[in-house]
Amino acid sequence: MAKRKLQEINAGSMADIAFLLLIFFLVTTTMESNYGIRRKLPPPEDKNQPPPPIIKKKNVLEIVINGNDKMMIEEEPAEVKDVKKIAIDFITNNGKNPESSDNPQKAVISLKHTRETSYKMYVSVYNELIAAYNNIRERYAKQKYGKPFDKLTEDEQKKVKDIYPQKIAESIPKR
Amino acid sequence: MGKFSKKKDSGTPAISTASLPDIVFMLLFFFMVATVMRENGEKKVTVRMPSADQVKKIEKKSLVSYIYVGTPIKKYQAQFGKEPRIQLSDAFANVNDIGPFVLKEKAAKREEEKPLMITSIKADANVGMGIITDIKEELRKVNALKVNYSTKKGNVMSNFKN
Repeated sequence: MAKRKLQEINAGSMADIAFLLLIFFLVTTTMESNYGIRRKLPPPEDKNQPPPPIIKKKNVLEIVINGNDKMMIEEEPAEVKDVKKIAIDFITNNGKNPESSDNPQKAVISLKHTRETSYKMYVSVYNELIAAYNNIRERYAKQKYGKPFDKLTEDEQKKVKDIYPQKIAESIPKR
Repeated sequence: MGKFSKKKDSGTPAISTASLPDIVFMLLFFFMVATVMRENGEKKVTVRMPSADQVKKIEKKSLVSYIYVGTPIKKYQAQFGKEPRIQLSDAFANVNDIGPFVLKEKAAKREEEKPLMITSIKADANVGMGIITDIKEELRKVNALKVNYSTKKGNVMSNFKN
């Protein structure tokens, strides 16, 4: 039998097909930014739960935001840009200032807001508080281990977190 | 005659387009991989998220349930008003629908994945904290304690411009 040559398929339109698909995916793609502030909510209230221990007033940094997004920290008006510094000073006070926290383990930040406070204000203040904790932990990690916090092993990270626990208390605004 | 035809040949040679499909395929695969087919379908509320810089990326998108909060888009304003509303999946919802919604999402996951589930709140920067607080209370009731406040990456001060 004579060898018959196989007919070649014309691949010229391959590019067109690929383009078509490409454009479809280009249009449907939403590069969704999936970033966010992580938060663990306190477990649901239990009637039998013992009342929370009384915390000394000096160990609490009281932040209050009103319905017009104006903020008071320890009864002094404050701006968002000041929050980080105030929080760092408060957490790392270690009893230097008798009016401020005894030590980082006891330091609690209380965040109060009304139902009218805007979400962006809340997120901004919250972000600054986390920034304060991250900043302190970062500093401590560098000092003790000579490495940035996220390069530490899990054990070491836990130790740092135990020394500077993140204690942010929120209250439920009344209707 | 031969002389003339020779002259015609000496143009710039055509660029081979043989590798064009390859290049296009490469792009195609990139977009195919990067595409997230949105399960939630239509968005019925406008959400302009606030910025923050102490953010973490959500790794496992399959373990996240989303709650959208914002003012209804124009089309629905006649029906639902201009006050911020909650959107779950593709429908408007009330605060007390959140509990069942989260539990339903949870029931669909495998046992070992259940504790890893995250609820992501995608709220508009200008909504009041009242509605957010209600959502948080509902989540606490059904023990969905891992919450993510969805934000853009950026400086917090940009939240207060304009």
